[in-house]
Amino acid sequence: MLSKSQARAFFLGGTLVTFLVFIGLTIYSFMPKNDQTNHGKIDAQVVKGKEIWESNNCMGCHTILGEGAYYAPELTKVIDRRGEAYVKAVLMSKEPWQPRGRKMVAYAMTEDDAEAVVAYFKWIGKIDLNGFDRVVSPLAKENNQN
Amino acid sequence: MKYKSQKIAYWFFALCMLLFSLQIIYGFIMGFDRIGLQGLHDIIPFNTARAVHTNLLVVWLLTGFMGAAYYIIPEEAQRELISIKWAYIQLASLALVGVVAIIGFHFNHWEGRKFLEIPRELDFLVVVNVLLFLGLILGTLFKGKRKTTTALVLSMGLLFAALLYLPGMIWFDSQVTDSFFRWWVVHLWVEGVWELIMGGILSYLLIKLTGVDREVIEKWLYVIIGLTFLSGVLGTGHHYYYIGVNKIWLIVGGIFSALEPLAFLAMALFAVNMYRKGEKSHPNKIALFWTIGSAIVSFIGAGLLGFAHTLPQTNLYTHGTLVTAMHGHYAFWGAYAMIVLAIISYALPNLTGRKRYNSVQGNAAFWLSNIGILGMTVAFGVAGVAQVYMERKLKMEFMEVQKETEIHFVVLLICATMFTVGIGLFIYDFIKYGRPTDEALETEN
Repeated sequence: MLSKSQARAFFLGGTLVTFLVFIGLTIYSFMPKNDQTNHGKIDAQVVKGKEIWESNNCMGCHTILGEGAYYAPELTKVIDRRGEAYVKAVLMSKEPWQPRGRKMVAYAMTEDDAEAVVAYFKWIGKIDLNGFDRVVSPLAKENNQN
Repeated sequence: MKYKSQKIAYWFFALCMLLFSLQIIYGFIMGFDRIGLQGLHDIIPFNTARAVHTNLLVVWLLTGFMGAAYYIIPEEAQRELISIKWAYIQLASLALVGVVAIIGFHFNHWEGRKFLEIPRELDFLVVVNVLLFLGLILGTLFKGKRKTTTALVLSMGLLFAALLYLPGMIWFDSQVTDSFFRWWVVHLWVEGVWELIMGGILSYLLIKLTGVDREVIEKWLYVIIGLTFLSGVLGTGHHYYYIGVNKIWLIVGGIFSALEPLAFLAMALFAVNMYRKGEKSHPNKIALFWTIGSAIVSFIGAGLLGFAHTLPQTNLYTHGTLVTAMHGHYAFWGAYAMIVLAIISYALPNLTGRKRYNSVQGNAAFWLSNIGILGMTVAFGVAGVAQVYMERKLKMEFMEVQKETEIHFVVLLICATMFTVGIGLFIYDFIKYGRPTDEALETEN
């Protein structure tokens, strides 16, 4: 029968081993040869776009890389799907954008800010997402229809 | 209660009730938004309501854990808290940080990172607050007459929860790296160290309510938290499948996530078996309901419903859909909300000296809230599966699908109303107990 000290050893040993493996896999994931994000292409414009994305809590409605609030569309492939001009029009609109009646906050962004967000979306759109990018991509729709 | 300083727990529990009520109100705002009733959009747009809803959840649960610790630790350590004055200061500063953060959300002042929206400058105040809390708890434990496994596990959970907040405060230029380390906080909290806290509270309640020998309960506590970490740490990988990191996580995350329900199954079996083994018939049946209920519902919500969409092949389609909201609601309710309500139900008669055991309101609160949240979970689930099929398989447009699934949110709102009536009755009962008093000392059953 298991004793309390054996149970404690199972807890401490198991935790230590799995945590060390977890740290090891984290380091492995961020080795440059395993980069799937084109990290080198993150420029000042992309960083500015990310800051705008965060400071307006866009993830509080939309999803990106499948993460967010499921209230507004997934934006991982938004430039492919809608085009740059449409995205900029939405961001710069002074009136709440409301496709099919669901209202978005009117951000009335400047052209510079809207371009930064577009640069951020373009960088996001090129990430290798292990297949998820095909699920949310309009290209998948076309392929299925053919 | 056995120690006067345990009374501080009451005020943490009272703050819990207040924050929980607000969380529900903001949940309704989101529910109405989803069915097209957006009358509050100009003042409280959806992203504000959501940030408030999820952050209040985190804050009220943490407040509950802190209250639980202030109640449990003096009894386990067999001494008064090292400072009651500082505990009140900690409570006041916690409430202040929470209020400032929530008001800030209404003025576009946030970080915009899911679950971690509290702005950076307030993060530092959170750290100071938690350090003060830990100082009081660990100081009491260190100076105490005994150091029990229950107290150590609870304190370890609280300490690791504080440490794991730190990776969420680092700024990254890449959205992928940002997401990766955000899950260090969120996943390793809810599927890691928070389970230590839950296990500690559960163990304490089972010792008190069933009368089973402490050594037996604490032995199985080690096994359960061992299983939790064994599966949960590498199970973080299920958040990394499709966010832009290496494919190795598809294998590691897939295998270890599939093991995660085992920890919850063990917890449910543990609670039910201890209840059956127990010879003590504690009069506080409501506390027992919440305790055993928490172990069972957490297995269904966190274990089974998590497993339902955790395999990479399934998650490829369910990632970023309402299926996650289905799992999230029932998991948080079972694992954490119910255990906080369990410790409150157990502690209230002891703190106030009023043995209002098994009131009609108390029973109705348990059943109405549980049936209500189950209905909400089903509504989210049906909407989520429909969304996956229409959006990811039929390739319909997002808003077209949202219109099709609107009806499920009407059902959700009806069930949420039942849930709210249940929680309203719980709060009514809480108020009826009145304030804690020194006259309640040594009257514990």
